[in-house]
Amino acid sequence: MPSIARNALILAAVMSGAVVSAPASAQNEQFIPILSYRTGPYAVNGAPYANGVIDYYNLINERDGGINDVKILIEECETGYATDKGVECYERLKSKGPTGAAFINPLSTGITFALTEKTAADKIPIITMGYGRADSKNGAVFPYNFPMLGTYWSAADIAIQHVAKELGGFDKLKGKKISLLYHDSPYGKEPIPMLQVLAQKYGFEFTPIPVTHPGVEQKSQWLAIRQNRPDYVLVWGWGVMNSTAVKEAAAVAYPREKMIGVWWSGAEPDVTPAGDQAIGYKSLMLQHGAGRFPVHADIEKYVYAKGKGSTEPGKVGEVLYNRGIVNAMLGVEGIRKAQEKFGQKPLTGEQVRWGLENLNLSEARIKELGFEGMLKPIRISCSDHEGTRDGRVQQWDGKSWKIISDWYTADEALIDPLVREVSMKYAADKKIQPRECSKES
Amino acid sequence: MLYREAGQFKTTYAEDMAIFPISQDRIALAVLLGIAFIGVPLLATFHIWPFGSDYLLWAILLPFLILALAAIGTNILVGYCGQISLGSGAFMAIGAYSAYKLATGVHIPLAWLGFAVSIPPLPVLASILLGGLIAAGVGILFGIPSLRIKGLYLAVATLAAQFFFDWAFLRIPWFTNYAPSGSVNAPALDFFGLIVQSPIERYLLCLLLLTLMALLAKNLVRSNLGRQWMAIRDMDIAAELIGIRPLYAKLTAFAVSSFIVGVAGALWAFVYLGSWEPLAFSIDRSLQLLFMVIIGGLGSIMGSFVGAAFILIVPIMLNLIPTELGVPLSTETITHFEFIIFGSLICYLLIKEPHGFARLISIGKEKLRLWPFPY
Repeated sequence: MPSIARNALILAAVMSGAVVSAPASAQNEQFIPILSYRTGPYAVNGAPYANGVIDYYNLINERDGGINDVKILIEECETGYATDKGVECYERLKSKGPTGAAFINPLSTGITFALTEKTAADKIPIITMGYGRADSKNGAVFPYNFPMLGTYWSAADIAIQHVAKELGGFDKLKGKKISLLYHDSPYGKEPIPMLQVLAQKYGFEFTPIPVTHPGVEQKSQWLAIRQNRPDYVLVWGWGVMNSTAVKEAAAVAYPREKMIGVWWSGAEPDVTPAGDQAIGYKSLMLQHGAGRFPVHADIEKYVYAKGKGSTEPGKVGEVLYNRGIVNAMLGVEGIRKAQEKFGQKPLTGEQVRWGLENLNLSEARIKELGFEGMLKPIRISCSDHEGTRDGRVQQWDGKSWKIISDWYTADEALIDPLVREVSMKYAADKKIQPRECSKES
Repeated sequence: MLYREAGQFKTTYAEDMAIFPISQDRIALAVLLGIAFIGVPLLATFHIWPFGSDYLLWAILLPFLILALAAIGTNILVGYCGQISLGSGAFMAIGAYSAYKLATGVHIPLAWLGFAVSIPPLPVLASILLGGLIAAGVGILFGIPSLRIKGLYLAVATLAAQFFFDWAFLRIPWFTNYAPSGSVNAPALDFFGLIVQSPIERYLLCLLLLTLMALLAKNLVRSNLGRQWMAIRDMDIAAELIGIRPLYAKLTAFAVSSFIVGVAGALWAFVYLGSWEPLAFSIDRSLQLLFMVIIGGLGSIMGSFVGAAFILIVPIMLNLIPTELGVPLSTETITHFEFIIFGSLICYLLIKEPHGFARLISIGKEKLRLWPFPY
């Protein structure tokens, strides 16, 4: 039967792909893997972020010739926001390049949970800027996790601070009803313990409302909100869940002004699909917002002018694009810091970890990098892998995001006991001996 | 010429009953087991190609072994007993979460009775096997409707199990030991003092369990019980008329299948993922297992392996090939191509051979026997 032979041939051709070996790479290159998602229900948010990351690495290569002449080598791997694909991508990319992956950045809290143990064993830092596990702020227990710029517990505190300000004081929170509409995954569940602490402290009534992945079906949740009429709804969504939430709120006539999204629920793709219904919707800012800054001029000049840009020039400066470049910048500066100690050559993940832990970006340095106005100074240390916990609130006016608040700083006195409790429990479960931060150099 | 049983005489009943009656098959299996048990660990220990990095072990072989085990379990129920199940993912989850609870200690406060039930943390191996047993118990429970409803209607009933357990493990904090994020961490894999940690140790652990379970499954389906399952599958009324009790046959199939799937689930969580959330065992996992069984061949242990390999590895290969060859395509395009090609491949295969890879293999064997003079 010739058809069987043909079947077998086709199969053999497919299987033989396994034995193609990796191309050799030049020696003076620092490899940085990019786990991204440009397909699936989270692609609308994943793609602009990945474009920002790639454009910034290209900028460093094109403008400066690399980090102190060490070229950045990148490879992208599509995770589709799925944990098992993310783990596969991590395994695929972790040992590429002359020294292996400098750090990894999964842009998914679920993948972060799955990789936390693996990255510690492989000695590769995992940067989770504005996401990831909130307890990994404690670098003594999580030496390889860096939830820089803000964790979800900081975000929860900032959101409640803003609510209190709108109401006219923390004492006004008493007896108010605040609901949390969250993506039912580790990502959405992370803020709950902090919000419970805050609810107890300020005396508001807290109701968590889960939304099943991917979040396009929210009718019953909004019906519950309509019945319960909470004073505020915090939105912890991602991908299509965000725009769906805004539309459903409009459908039950819940005022958009009373909705506050986390910084992952406050970008252009979250509000534009809802059209005019989104006017008035608010969200937290992970320090930066949309807009163009000196670094964008450089990206246009060195990357887009040479035709190497990864998106349309009009999308440069969107919220998630900017988050991508901020994230890439922090990683690059971590490598630069590590080069001060270990020499200007490709570094291993373990060496980069030291650089990230000793990262200290002053206001002057941020200005030099072209990020002035986007970021506040950041200082990472062994006991504080978050570095800074500041945020603002922005509001959508139908065309663009307008910043409507001053800076808030999350209250460490509230967050730290919870961080200590949860991270110490992790250390006990995993039999990790926490480092003594006073002895770290 | 080489593959022919002429001259191989069987002089004892045991020889006649062998799983592989032809000595060439036995040699092939011995070589395969030799490669799996000795060759792979040797190559991996010395980092010889293709084991230069952990990628092949971690990202391909380990999930393949565990999903092949789950596929065997699913095949017993769907392929041998003919009970279509869309709840395999749920039974994997039950295995995983029961093992997790047992390994970290169970505490059930019975306040209204004035006491609490406490079980101290059990050793990991015991937890995994007991996790399988608990999955078997739940499997029997959800198998009871199969006595009344059949075919596609039963598939819908098992779907209910899937959604119920997705919900339970997501919403009842007791199952996750009140973890704030709902994501749980597997305990250290301590096997009587031997800590399984490196990829190769994990691989050997899964390989050993898979080999034992596959042997058990193969012998079960050749036994009286297996024949009862197949009789029920082929025509349940006729089976009942010749004296097979549907209650016993169907529920044993549910129990054995759920046990194997539950153990696979516990391994998936403990050995492969290490840290997981209920999404790891969602409806997608159930469908994946069902496709493995259909593509591999219903009612074939061998088919479960090939089906698992096909469903798991071909998409990864399709994704890897363009990058490895240096074709300048964006990851987005590659992923879309992966879906298109893989989908067409499944359609093509099922049109050409509706009985899956198992049938292809047996046709291949027939051809080999007649070679070089086929008729």
